[in-house]
Amino acid sequence: MTALIGDFSLILALCFALLQAAVPLLPFRRRDPSLAAFVDTAALAQCAFIALAFACLTYAFVTSDFSLAVVAANSHTTKPLLYKISGVWGNHEGSMVLWVLILSAFGASVAVFGQDIPDRLRSRTLAVHALIGAAFLVFILATSNPFWTLANPPQNGEGLNPILQDPGLAIHPPCLYLGYVGFSMTFSFSVAALIEGRVDAAWARWVRPWALAAWCFLTIGITLGSGWAYYTLGWGGWWFWDPVENASLMPWLSGTALLHSALVVERRNTLVSWTILLGILTFSLSLVGTFLVRSGILTSVHAFAEDPTRGTYILLMVSGFTGGALALYAARVSALRAGPAFALVSRESGLVLNNVLLCTALFTVVLGTFYPLIVDAIGGDKISVGRPYYTRTFIPIVIPLLLAMPVGPMLRWKRAELLAALHRLNKAAIAAVVVGAAVLALTFGREFVAAFFLAMAAWLVVGSLIALARRVQLGTAPFDTTLNLLRTTPRAYYGLVLGHLGVGVLVAGIAGVSTWGTEHIGALKVGQSFELSGNLLRLTDVRDVEGPNYQARRALFEVTRRGHLVARLQSERRFYPVRQQETTAAGIHTNLISNLYVAIGDPDASGAWTVRFYYHPFMPWVWIGGLTMALGGFVSLSDRRFRVGAAQRSARALALPSSA
Amino acid sequence: MRNLPLHAPIGRAAHKAAPLVALAVLANLIAWSPAVAVNPDEMLSDPALEARARSLSSELRCLVCRNQSIDDSNADLARDLRLLVRERLQAGDSDAQTEAFIVARYGNFVLLKPPVQWNTALLWAGPALFLAVAAFGAFRWVRLRAPLTASDVPAPLSADEEVQIQSILREKELL
Repeated sequence: MTALIGDFSLILALCFALLQAAVPLLPFRRRDPSLAAFVDTAALAQCAFIALAFACLTYAFVTSDFSLAVVAANSHTTKPLLYKISGVWGNHEGSMVLWVLILSAFGASVAVFGQDIPDRLRSRTLAVHALIGAAFLVFILATSNPFWTLANPPQNGEGLNPILQDPGLAIHPPCLYLGYVGFSMTFSFSVAALIEGRVDAAWARWVRPWALAAWCFLTIGITLGSGWAYYTLGWGGWWFWDPVENASLMPWLSGTALLHSALVVERRNTLVSWTILLGILTFSLSLVGTFLVRSGILTSVHAFAEDPTRGTYILLMVSGFTGGALALYAARVSALRAGPAFALVSRESGLVLNNVLLCTALFTVVLGTFYPLIVDAIGGDKISVGRPYYTRTFIPIVIPLLLAMPVGPMLRWKRAELLAALHRLNKAAIAAVVVGAAVLALTFGREFVAAFFLAMAAWLVVGSLIALARRVQLGTAPFDTTLNLLRTTPRAYYGLVLGHLGVGVLVAGIAGVSTWGTEHIGALKVGQSFELSGNLLRLTDVRDVEGPNYQARRALFEVTRRGHLVARLQSERRFYPVRQQETTAAGIHTNLISNLYVAIGDPDASGAWTVRFYYHPFMPWVWIGGLTMALGGFVSLSDRRFRVGAAQRSARALALPSSA
Repeated sequence: MRNLPLHAPIGRAAHKAAPLVALAVLANLIAWSPAVAVNPDEMLSDPALEARARSLSSELRCLVCRNQSIDDSNADLARDLRLLVRERLQAGDSDAQTEAFIVARYGNFVLLKPPVQWNTALLWAGPALFLAVAAFGAFRWVRLRAPLTASDVPAPLSADEEVQIQSILREKELL
């Protein structure tokens, strides 16, 4: 019954998606005002039916309904409730339903919150969006239907891959999908603008919140993914340049470029065609990401569904949407007006430089990810592209980007003075020199690279703060004025400050942990201890414990520093009988500046346990930096500029006096 | 103390469903290997030699894993390679000789840092070429546009306009 309702809901959602796409794009009744209302309703209906299908699937997982093939293959009665629910998207079919659910939810939000967008543009945007939705729904119904049933349901399911049974993994995919799929909105807006043949500052203002929301979620998703890798793999790695990580980094880089170029469109009505191109590109890269993960072409732990048929379909979809949009772009780009001119040194040029560097970084990741495939295809040679490649190519491109980052906000629109802008940053430069010199002095000149990147981090952090201080005229105006300005400064500006500040914190974290991270791998019997960077690790006990659906060997540790207890840690090796797999749960102690990390291994012949103990200074800053960036995005998103239409309406409705 | 039979169930189940279990084990191998890499028993007693071994192994790929170095992987093959690296170093090979030894056996695929040769020229030069083209393109685009004219720099607002704009802004709730 559940399967029937779910299946039918998906088909109905597909019908609504097709109607939503057809009505505004087909050449009849274009001027009918009821058309826009119809499209809005179709978007809501599409979302409602997909939500119903998703609810059915969730219900089937929670009640362990093994008559559904996907539940039987990916769930088990003994699994904790949280993982029964997260199991819905812990497999290919279910994750595709989550994907279209988020996709349609974005469409529905435009229908609801986008009422200040002109009807024609909104309808066309939603129509393009529905085309994407329809393509994915056909994909699900034809190749990956989660509601396929088994004639002879098994007694119990095969369980979920234990690696995925983790709270981080319960929220990491939805966040990532909110990001990937969110960029479908910028794609739809871009294609709709091309159909209209008109792009103006208002367009940029409508599209920017969606790009910003998608970017925030993608940032959180990537940060969570890296955190998950850190504590689950048992040796503290947090970024591997794995193809699937690259797949999420690619749309992130182009999305970041898009956010910045959309600023120029919004403020200065120039860089229009480039921004449209980025809007198309970013979503295409998200689709490529899906393709990478699903097709098995680039294998990775994430590739829980490796199936060439699905891969072929997704490849067709990627090329169809990207090719179609690019063809339309080529045909219409000349119709887009080139905006007003600006000088070589200006805020606009600064943002162009940002885009040049971000796109080069993006190109490097694309090249590193796909080059092995190309070499394999043409020459038969097999090569690998790993961390050492990116260290030598990606990092050098990021350096000028970081150097230029605080300068951008100091430049005026249209025409600016570079020297004046740099002069405003003199305190940041001093901070950078002081930090760099201090690091060099403390390490007796050995850690030049760390000194350089920590100086860079200081440059970024202090530079961001200077941007805020100048904005509120701290020190140059009476303190009252500053307080007043703090209140009236648009939230988007706080977003900028937080975003750039977050990058600084991230850079410091990466530099710190790569330079001063230490490790000791040794064999310990209960009661024995060893020391690492002043931390004495003692194995106090090893015992067997029963988890809800696993057996674990739990090791208890005590860390002392100069005789004082710093932390009690526990690390587990878990064995999941259903899947016959083992996982590791590391013990981590953090004080927000450094992490202590311990993982237990196997016993040796003498009964001593292999113990890996890591000291990771600055490690938490990597994630604090990532989350600060995302926070900046959200703060920016709450700017009233994006809510002006709504504010106007409510003000009129309630007849409230103006708040300022 | 009782040792948890962490591997025993695999053995017990093996005669019942050997192909399935073999698949599961294989899937486990090819997945990102959770936990563990270098084991204490593999380490060389000479710290300098061990440090060289560690830095070499962090640039060698575990062939059955996914973009993971043998230093980070617990696959059996990675262990064999780690031992091989240490064996060569102990035999007095230089870092380059050790690497060449391993590449001769496993091919370039084993190098996480692809070698610079004719079919990787584009890979290594690509980012710089792209940057050069993009920077040049952007520079020309900014330069070739109509230069800023006097009319592009707006005259300051008159007092009337200032009042007008304030009232518009207030109406739109922007102030």
